[in-house]
Amino acid sequence: MSMNTQGRPTAPGNAGESFRPKTFTGNRALDMEEPLIFEFGSLETTGVDLDEDDGIEFELGAFERKADIGLAGLAEPEAMRHYVRLSRNNYAIDSGLYPLGSCTMKHNPRLNEKMARLPGFSDIHPLQPVSSVPGALELIDELAHWLMVSTGTHAVAMSPKAGAHGELCGMMAIKAAHTAAGRDPKIVLVPESAHGTNPATAALLGFKVVSIDAKDDGTVDLATLKNRISEHTDNIAGIMLTNPNTCGLFERDVKEIADLIHDAGGFFYCDGANFNAIVGKARPGDLGVDAMHINLHKTFSTPHGGGGPGSGPVVLSDRLAPYAPLPFIRKSDAGLELVETNAATSEDEQPFGRMTAFHGQMGMYVRALSYMMSHGSDGLKQASEDAVLNANYIRVGLQDLMSLPFGVRPCMHEVLFDDSFLKDSGVTTLDFAKAMIDEGYHPMTMYFPLVVHGAMLIEPTESESRASLDLFVATMRDLVMSAQRGETERFSGAPYLAPRRRLDETGAARKPVLKWTEPEPAQVTPEAAE
Amino acid sequence: MRYLPLSNTDRGDMLARIGVNSIDDLFADIPENVRLDGLLDLPKRASEMQVERKLSAMAAKNTSAGSVPFFVGAGAYKHHVPATVDHLIQRSEFLTSYTPYQPEITQGTLQYLFEFQTQVARLTAMDVANASMYDGSTGTGEAVLMAHRVTKRNKAVLSGGLHPQYREVVEGLSNMSGDRVVSLPADPMGTEDILSQIDDETSCVVVQSPSFYGQLIDLKPIAEKAHQHKALLIAVFTEVVSLGLIEPPGTQGADIVVGEGQSIGNGLNFGGPYVGLFATRQKYVRQMPGRLCGETVDAEGKRGFVLTLSTREQHIRRDKATSNICTNSGLCCLAFTIHMALLGQAGLTKLARINHGNAVKLRKLLSAVPGVEVLNTAYFNEFTLSLPKVAEDVVERLVERGILAGLPVSRLEPENRDLANLLVVASTEVNTDEDRAAFAAALKELLA
Repeated sequence: MSMNTQGRPTAPGNAGESFRPKTFTGNRALDMEEPLIFEFGSLETTGVDLDEDDGIEFELGAFERKADIGLAGLAEPEAMRHYVRLSRNNYAIDSGLYPLGSCTMKHNPRLNEKMARLPGFSDIHPLQPVSSVPGALELIDELAHWLMVSTGTHAVAMSPKAGAHGELCGMMAIKAAHTAAGRDPKIVLVPESAHGTNPATAALLGFKVVSIDAKDDGTVDLATLKNRISEHTDNIAGIMLTNPNTCGLFERDVKEIADLIHDAGGFFYCDGANFNAIVGKARPGDLGVDAMHINLHKTFSTPHGGGGPGSGPVVLSDRLAPYAPLPFIRKSDAGLELVETNAATSEDEQPFGRMTAFHGQMGMYVRALSYMMSHGSDGLKQASEDAVLNANYIRVGLQDLMSLPFGVRPCMHEVLFDDSFLKDSGVTTLDFAKAMIDEGYHPMTMYFPLVVHGAMLIEPTESESRASLDLFVATMRDLVMSAQRGETERFSGAPYLAPRRRLDETGAARKPVLKWTEPEPAQVTPEAAE
Repeated sequence: MRYLPLSNTDRGDMLARIGVNSIDDLFADIPENVRLDGLLDLPKRASEMQVERKLSAMAAKNTSAGSVPFFVGAGAYKHHVPATVDHLIQRSEFLTSYTPYQPEITQGTLQYLFEFQTQVARLTAMDVANASMYDGSTGTGEAVLMAHRVTKRNKAVLSGGLHPQYREVVEGLSNMSGDRVVSLPADPMGTEDILSQIDDETSCVVVQSPSFYGQLIDLKPIAEKAHQHKALLIAVFTEVVSLGLIEPPGTQGADIVVGEGQSIGNGLNFGGPYVGLFATRQKYVRQMPGRLCGETVDAEGKRGFVLTLSTREQHIRRDKATSNICTNSGLCCLAFTIHMALLGQAGLTKLARINHGNAVKLRKLLSAVPGVEVLNTAYFNEFTLSLPKVAEDVVERLVERGILAGLPVSRLEPENRDLANLLVVASTEVNTDEDRAAFAAALKELLA
């Protein structure tokens, strides 16, 4: 036996189990403390080798930069290690269940990433001659086709950059349609349960937001709606309604709502954030919707990327279609044509303007189409069904312990609890959520929608296996029982085990520090210098 | 379906546990007469291989920038992005994470946002930058709205050197919200008289430098005049690499700086996703749109980062918010941050010098072509040619010769016949001497 066995085998040893060394570095094994790039990079260093720049001639006029930029550089291995270490402080769908209601954190297939990186999509310029990019027009047109078929509409404005931008686009189309009809109605009805972007969008366009209360089952109250409409006769621009709504419920009276709004001369804007619950089960076009944005990063799984980029194409009813913004693709016997300017429009095309430079989020289009093609008609329907099935499975797993604000009834793709099950426990919704972090889960959406006290909105998505759901339910049950037993410490200081404990957000807002600045040089007192 | 973990047995068992007979019982709230059984008009599921085959065929019909001599700029630029950048942004922990609303488990995202904000503030020489906008054009729209909030006025003056599509974004938004816009005529030479347009009703002046036509503009007198009238100067750029070499808008008196950050870290992607840069003075920070990341400490006193000043934002303020914006350009801004961290000041300056040097070389070759006139007196990596023929036709003929030559201004400004012969061309570090020689030779032949 010549194998070197020195140092092996190791045994658990007999140090105290609860002993946690205070390390010199502040690191905890794989959990690393990482400085800012400005604190360890250097002004001389660069991690990019470039061609030589000597002997160049200048035609800059008097515009040359005089002062230092003050940006430290990193060599490639330094940059690699820095950002890999930072990444390890992030929770991600790829590492665990991410039950953020209304945000739809589902699996992001890597095929989509690969497709988006084909040079024929990723390395083409938005203003290179159109004749050199027929495949790009084809891709946009193909995705538009999938979106229109799945929503039961005949037009789609592709360019909005994200969901809220799509809302803006849809509401601008509505405003343009009113203006074209010689009207100037001012009121937009928005249910209390709406996303904050809805009232913000309406206000941005000069509309006045009038809120509609929910009835006891969490859906829009038709009686209240009728009252609001009659209070503002001839002044109703439209309604902004999320369906399924943010309580996770399908608005049963949606067609009546659409009829009421249409009869009042208004348009029906549907916030499509929750479209993922009903793909292949119902089409917004059949429900009387005039405009709906589709968050490609939710329903069609383009990665959330830590907060973008999103993409928010808006499908439009026939009445709004003429006002779709520039640019758009016109389909004729001659093929596909890119319409970029008013000069190129025909008589029945009256674009209200332009949402953005260029053509929208092409990189996201490729990913979304790749996702939709992979699923196909059968897979898209199955995905919606599984999302709803998983949410209901969680609901029945927890409804005896946690409180359902609208009684026991099926939900759509997300289930909403309120905090009455925590009453008198000394544990808040926030504490409860932070304790989930210690258990290895990202918290659910909290305190939203606003119609429910201490809301907890759980959306598991179709990406979770039954075993994963079972463990989640078991964990939640354990947390609930622990809270109800009065084990407040587990909650009040949570998380204990994350890369950071709770952060001082009040202090951050009171005296905002929004960038790094060089620390003041240490004061050298005359005595110390001696 | 490869993305769905549930088996049919799971589904059956779970329905039983829920206490319903079929999946459709869970969709009972959908009115029966509109309920569907799938999207029958669409094809069925496809394997990875099938999807790849179909999408690759579409992609192959496009001429990619890297495959030909390429000189198109005008708001999006072909640059080399180090391989490290694309590897790192595909780390699961960055790619598949949500907006960092739970800071204890999203310090990775938050710290790079803080690094990003610092980089942007330094590049522009401004006090504060936000955590990015969708892109430069939408950022410009937001900047105008912000200026209206700050000044409590509603008239914006737009320079004729502003990218025409940026102008259209601002005009569209303003028309809809009832604000006033004065758009000056196209200004290829950078000689317009914008000062006389600024008065006591002006909320802001929007000036792009380098302009859409590539001309460098002196912002100082414009800032001065604007400030005399208590108006704001919004400085716009579409080529962020220029800041490696030219005087930043912050030292020229800009109050809000908006730019397109695509050149650093991000590919052309046919126009998106890109990353909007947005910076301003400290005193206006509470009127800024978009997300902001700030430094703080945790319960143990360790430094950490959080999204902050969110009382400006829609999810808190609803119809009183400073903007309806929710998403930023998270991953694109990570790509920007990493690429910029790799470059550092030393790399960025050199990159900018190479870009300028290449543009000067191209300018010399092209101005030697008979009939071609270069309009710019000072430029960075992009300039405008006046051709003896309609630029759009020339560009089409060059496509046939395998050269993507630039942007005919008429594509964006078809109604202004004076611009029909103008061609905006850019030369970045990716162009070789051979590329430039091929362009000049082909142009000479076509114009002969």
